[in-house]
Amino acid sequence: MTRFIIHRLAWGIPVLWLVATTTFILMHIVPGGPFDQEKLLPPEIRANIDAKYHLDKPLLSQYVFYLQNLVHGDLGPSYKYIGRDVTDIIKETFPVSLQLGLSAVLISVLIGVGAGIAAASRARSWVDHTGMFLATAGISIPSFVLGTLLIMIFSFKLRLFPAALWEGWRYGILPAITLALLPAAYIARLTRSSMLEVLHQDFIRTARAKGFGEGYVLFNHALKNSVTPVISFLGPLTATLVTGSFVVEFIFSIPGMGRYFITAVTNRDYPLIMGVTLVYALVIVLANIGVDMMYSWIDPRMRVKKRA
Amino acid sequence: MGIMRSNRRMKIGGGFILLICTAALAAPWLAPFPFDLQDTHAILQGPSSEHWMGTDRLGRDLLSRLLYGARMSLSVGIFTAAFAVLFGTVYGAVSGYIGGKTDNLLMRFVDLVYSLPDLLLIILITVTIGRGVLGILLALSLVSWVTVARIIRGEVLKLREFSYVEAARAVGASHRRILFLHILPNTLGVLIVTLTFRIPAAILAESTLSFIGLGIAPPFASWGSMANEGWTAMKFYPHLILFPSLFLFLTIVAFNVLGDGLRDILDPGRRFA
Repeated sequence: MTRFIIHRLAWGIPVLWLVATTTFILMHIVPGGPFDQEKLLPPEIRANIDAKYHLDKPLLSQYVFYLQNLVHGDLGPSYKYIGRDVTDIIKETFPVSLQLGLSAVLISVLIGVGAGIAAASRARSWVDHTGMFLATAGISIPSFVLGTLLIMIFSFKLRLFPAALWEGWRYGILPAITLALLPAAYIARLTRSSMLEVLHQDFIRTARAKGFGEGYVLFNHALKNSVTPVISFLGPLTATLVTGSFVVEFIFSIPGMGRYFITAVTNRDYPLIMGVTLVYALVIVLANIGVDMMYSWIDPRMRVKKRA
Repeated sequence: MGIMRSNRRMKIGGGFILLICTAALAAPWLAPFPFDLQDTHAILQGPSSEHWMGTDRLGRDLLSRLLYGARMSLSVGIFTAAFAVLFGTVYGAVSGYIGGKTDNLLMRFVDLVYSLPDLLLIILITVTIGRGVLGILLALSLVSWVTVARIIRGEVLKLREFSYVEAARAVGASHRRILFLHILPNTLGVLIVTLTFRIPAAILAESTLSFIGLGIAPPFASWGSMANEGWTAMKFYPHLILFPSLFLFLTIVAFNVLGDGLRDILDPGRRFA
């Protein structure tokens, strides 16, 4: 197992290099830069700025310089937040996004798998129909619409939770729910269909014939065998929720990495865009390793395959 | 029983889509006011008998703007889905039909794009190619074809082992003829279902992008960008964000319901709701 993890981590390095290089190239073929937008600067000042950010050097040496710094964990200075390093900004904002994203993953798995089991175990009953109706609504509601509704109901009308900022657990509840609902609905549909398939198999009948209780059969026999599609979905999901929370961070004014990413894009703050993209790539690599580890934990057949 | 239920779903979903598409096409005749008419005497009004859905901060009639906004939201969805299905089908079909090392290589690329979060990728692409309506369309299209490619490749892998394909090969049909005349027509059901699900996905992505201010920008307007306009005044003029949201939600639900219904009939193997 340790060897497997080391092997996969080692594979992550070329991936990160590829992402770093691609974003570097993309950001430098774009015409115009962050210092072009406002009124024309006097040429001397412009030359000073270019020198400060090494923009006067040839592209190749800029690239080498960028990679060298990257290896040392330095992502360069931000173009727009004067005097701040991208690394500092990320250090400050990433924990917020991570916390928010992971709580959303947890909520969506709990609700999704729970609803899926409930629907599958009582297929074609009112529980099933209501659950799947809600799931269809859930995959159709844009997160900014859901966020708006939650704010209107729980912040403005009921005054239960704050509508914005990030100063304690009560601030995290509405954003986490907003982020979690869509994947929860998707997981519910995934779990239900997978469960229904498994419940028709012989070993379930055998388990029932042996006299196990329905709950035991559902959780110990059926769930374990039907959870694989959910796990495959977990890798991209974790990546999407940890990285893709910029909409929710925008709505709830949360000082996370996503909100900085949006401002960086509007400001063309290239070092910040590249830095955030790299962190996202790292999250994706790690999430996929995590999912592969879960596979072999849930499904022994995978372990054998890996050794072979 | 199953067919009847999916028929009902198709009627409800399809009916609503027909309605909203007609409304979008007939916007010039249906809209009670010109979409850009600024009535300075009626700024930020709530719903009334004159302005059914109220007016915005420039005194423009919201219902009229929503009807015109439908054109943008729907055409972005339909165009993106059409591109995704066309390109994804050819890519996936060729990859699956050739097989072997080529298939492996082509699919590695698809896996790479697939593993990256859509919204992140779309934003990065628009940073490079610009953010006009065309840029948004291109970025959405470039991201959404991979799902289609994966599905179609799987279908082609399955279909090419069938004996009628072998028979066609035995009588000397060319590869192109086999792929486009014998294999692809049999993926039609799956294709229609995929198309139906790609449209709401594209509408969702576009509206989200426009909502955070990185998508459709004035002078153009979509439901997402209108929701963004309503966002700042949400506490005092909730109608400005609620009505665009409602239009968006109902349209996306309708497409998803229609897709579920179609899948039950056309592609029962993949059904999961």
